[in-house]
Amino acid sequence: MLWNLPFIAVVVITMIGLVTILLKKNLIKVMLGINILQSAANLFLISLGYREGGIAPIFTLAPSTHMVLPTPQALCLTSIVIGLATSALMLSFAVIIHKKYGTVDLDKIRRLQG
Amino acid sequence: MIPDFIWTNAPALLVAIPLLGAFLCPIIGKISPRARNVWVGGIMLVTAIVALILAYRVFTDGTVLYTFGAAVPGLSIPLDSGGIPIRIIFTVDAMSAFMDIICAIVGFSAILYSLASESRNSGLEMYYTLFLLMVAGVFGMVSTGDFFNFFVFLEILSMASAGIIAYRVDGGVAVEAAIKYFVLSSVGAIFVLFAIGIYYGQYDALNMAMIAYRMQGSSLDMIALVMLVAALAMKCGAVPMHFWTPDAYSMAPSSATAFLVVASQASLYGLFRVLFTFYNLTLNAVTVGWIIIILGILSMVVGVTMAIPQKDVKRLMAYHAVSQTGYMLLGIGVGLAVLGNQPLMESFGYMAMNGGVFHILNHALYKGLLFLTAGAIFYRIGTRNLNKMGGLGHNMKWTMVFFIIGALAIAGIPPLNGFASKLMIYESVFIFNPILAIIAMVVSILTLASFVKVFHSIFMGPKLPEYAEVKEAPLPMLLGMGILASLAVIFGLFPDIVVTTLVSPAVHALTDQAAYIASVLGGA
Amino acid sequence: MANLFQTLVTGAGFWNPLAWLLGIVVALIIAYLLWTRGEEGWKKGTPQTEPFLSGNKEPGKDEVHIRAGNLYWGYLEALKGYYDRIVPLHTGDLTDYLLWYLSVMVVILVLVVIYA
Repeated sequence: MLWNLPFIAVVVITMIGLVTILLKKNLIKVMLGINILQSAANLFLISLGYREGGIAPIFTLAPSTHMVLPTPQALCLTSIVIGLATSALMLSFAVIIHKKYGTVDLDKIRRLQG
Repeated sequence: MIPDFIWTNAPALLVAIPLLGAFLCPIIGKISPRARNVWVGGIMLVTAIVALILAYRVFTDGTVLYTFGAAVPGLSIPLDSGGIPIRIIFTVDAMSAFMDIICAIVGFSAILYSLASESRNSGLEMYYTLFLLMVAGVFGMVSTGDFFNFFVFLEILSMASAGIIAYRVDGGVAVEAAIKYFVLSSVGAIFVLFAIGIYYGQYDALNMAMIAYRMQGSSLDMIALVMLVAALAMKCGAVPMHFWTPDAYSMAPSSATAFLVVASQASLYGLFRVLFTFYNLTLNAVTVGWIIIILGILSMVVGVTMAIPQKDVKRLMAYHAVSQTGYMLLGIGVGLAVLGNQPLMESFGYMAMNGGVFHILNHALYKGLLFLTAGAIFYRIGTRNLNKMGGLGHNMKWTMVFFIIGALAIAGIPPLNGFASKLMIYESVFIFNPILAIIAMVVSILTLASFVKVFHSIFMGPKLPEYAEVKEAPLPMLLGMGILASLAVIFGLFPDIVVTTLVSPAVHALTDQAAYIASVLGGA
Repeated sequence: MANLFQTLVTGAGFWNPLAWLLGIVVALIIAYLLWTRGEEGWKKGTPQTEPFLSGNKEPGKDEVHIRAGNLYWGYLEALKGYYDRIVPLHTGDLTDYLLWYLSVMVVILVLVVIYA
């Protein structure tokens, strides 16, 4: 059961993220919800790579050859970088919307419809 | 004739050249606008030529592998890895090459067009940087053989697209469209990442061929399938997840909108790749096939009916783009629903898929052309509101001719290219289920009705006093439109040669999962 | 290049654009021949060229032009029930967009599980 704890955490964080983006009407909070979802995805990738007793895959003076595959960490790093770019772009959009519309309320950002 | 260096490294150059061009663009823009235009046009021309060379190589020699970091590009499995492809591989099979051709043609026309159409705006270095990043993203998405790499290019593409949608801020409205597009595609991309995690957890592989080879069809795989189908169908604009499409397409600059069509189709390619290459027979083909068919039918009907009352010409065309995507989903869905039943596949399944895939090419040509003509009109009269237009046919004759070609092609009027692919879809779908074929035909008639309205209100009628001084669009814009229009006519006049040389190999590359796996893993 | 003019076989039917084009060209030639046999009888500069036989004045250019908003009024009126339901769905609200996306994902999941 304890083994599954990270995955349970992934599900819980995903749910928190989804509820945030669905229930919050503030653009900034929706963006925070997306960041929470991204953290859930990163946690998922990292948990997949965990092996009990595995060591970092550095062969110089390695105490044993029971090593973990570095791929999930690499994926996670890439995903964090992408998440950073996503947040930066979204927040810059929010700044422009706040400047032009005078609000970040999603109920009022509705000039395109029909 | 072709230098050996380009011949061997074509798949890598396909992404490397536009990336280099994109990031050097702001520096070259400091020299002079003319140097920047020459640079951007040259980069896109070289990329398009490399894409066509690669496509030629794929259609003559079969699937091309490019393993990054390997001693020989074709060496997909390192000798000491125990039969697992650990490196990032570009696997360009016939379907990828087909998408490469589309991207090359539309990308080049749109860049050529944008040299004139965007010339009055400021900050153009950034515009072209984003545009070339989109080109790199599409080429990467359709060429890659590594699923995490696919995700990375998906994100590059959606970030560049969001930036380019917001480029003309337009009192904040364009930024609103970009936010809607970008929030949706970020959420979609996170679910794609979850699906990648599920595959990696189960199969210890990110390589598409390896995932396909080890695919079990377990319940976790089904969850990954649902995540991928929903995310990629949303990104290609299938109803009822199409709401971002009219917003984004109508607010983006026209040359970028023409390329956004290709960007959506890259997601469509991803959807087909997941369904056919990853799962193929391990999924419940009838259920998933019908889900795709229902999405397609909904897209067709809702798209076209929402298009008719629109007043903004680009918004109207965007709804038609949704509607036409429905045809592709319908054709492919019918093929998927009978997958595994060889007699039915032979009798109409392959034909439906040929029609659907051929329609991707045709749609990119005529819808790109229509968006470009709408942009030319906007460039000259400064409004997109159909109620304010009229009588432009007197002054913009070439634009009118190109618009007629595009409008007749999208409505499926012979002898233009839209007719050939729609005929293939109608006839094969009619054998599968007559009602679906009838709905498709009614949608086609409504499309024609809608474009009669657009044509009448833009070009027909007496010369209006406020537009008496309107001139024809500048030459680069006409050239960009002319390339797409002439290809639409040529593909309409010789559909058989296109189907046998390009479309049919692409469809067989999709359905033949074993060949895809064998091309990467050897005779496994 | 022999197969350049080949017919596209579409399962139940076939499609040869060049043969179709030939037919259209023949039909256009016949139409042109019929047209040339017509009578060129109107005189310039007389009331014959005025738009209204009744002698009413011709209204201004922008008054006679039928704008896009006037087209398909009857079609939209006939399908009012459908359009009154479908247009309000396009609310422009980002929350609704996300809700549609996630609910379609759930529906697909349910369908895949039921018919597994």
